[in-house]
Amino acid sequence: MVTNITSFGRSGLSDWLMQRVSAVILALYTVFIVAFLLFNPNLDYYTWSGLFSQTWMRIFSLLAFVALAAHAWIGLWTVTTDYLKSTRLRVGVQAVIILGIFVYLVWGIQILWGA
Amino acid sequence: MSNLQVSVYRYNPETDSAPYMQEFQVDTKGRDVMVLDVLHMMKEQDSGLAFRRSCREGVCGSDGMNMNGKNGLACITPLSDVVKNNKLTLRPLPGLPVIRDMVVDMGLFYKQYERIQPYLQNDTPPPAIERLQSPEERDKLDGLYECILCACCSTSCPSFWWNPEKFVGPAGLLQSYRFLADSRDTATSERLSNLEDPFSVFRCRGIMNCVAVCPKGLNPTRAIGKIREMLLADAT
Repeated sequence: MVTNITSFGRSGLSDWLMQRVSAVILALYTVFIVAFLLFNPNLDYYTWSGLFSQTWMRIFSLLAFVALAAHAWIGLWTVTTDYLKSTRLRVGVQAVIILGIFVYLVWGIQILWGA
Repeated sequence: MSNLQVSVYRYNPETDSAPYMQEFQVDTKGRDVMVLDVLHMMKEQDSGLAFRRSCREGVCGSDGMNMNGKNGLACITPLSDVVKNNKLTLRPLPGLPVIRDMVVDMGLFYKQYERIQPYLQNDTPPPAIERLQSPEERDKLDGLYECILCACCSTSCPSFWWNPEKFVGPAGLLQSYRFLADSRDTATSERLSNLEDPFSVFRCRGIMNCVAVCPKGLNPTRAIGKIREMLLADAT
């Protein structure tokens, strides 16, 4: 029996599905942001903060942040299990990655609702 | 016509402190022979050269090796397929421990094969004669049962190199799907539950080295995709 305790969903199937769903969300968010920038060539602070003051944009952004957090956790966890063979080093790096993702996520939420 | 330059991986753990490459000059008399024939010609020059072979016609899967960087069966690979600039480099299958020269320890490969329980399991009472399949049900096994376990695919797979004790590998997964797809097998859900962890199936990144090297032209990547579909259908 192959076990795992530091992977995102504790299951290969759920991680695999989550990786794909989060990739679609991130793709949609990227396309939206790029399109918004292209359609607003003379972007100023008021247009930009106006966009992010809308509830739907905050939900969309938070969804993208959560998707990014999950995507990074799953992807980087895979990289560490492939290349870091020393258990101590691997668990240490995994902990740093997971804590870093947590910090970025909370920071992102604070930026979205703090402005 | 100059002789073929062959560079062969040599390692005898009893006498060599480290592996090295030995150069051979082989006169093929201009014929497009198989790589296995070249190995036999080299063995005439140096009888200590160790390699596995048996049927010499691509059926037994003994002589899988790395020829000019690509895995394949030496017995059915003509020189014209692999030789570049009159040079041929032969190495053992990558990623497995070398016992001697071209002979590798296939223990990890067989362990993963054993793990997927490569035999029919059926908990219903045996019928008087045999368990029947419709032609359509039988068709599902085509492209799966032909595997000869030569290990060319699994040893060309980086996911198997990095995690050979956890990732089943393309050969094992092709066989796993062979039994998942078999209408006579009733252990489908037990088989699937043994595969849903992050390593056994999901360490496959779909780079398709397995498909590129399979000497039988099989497609383990497609089988792995089918296993994922079955896991998803079972769990959602």
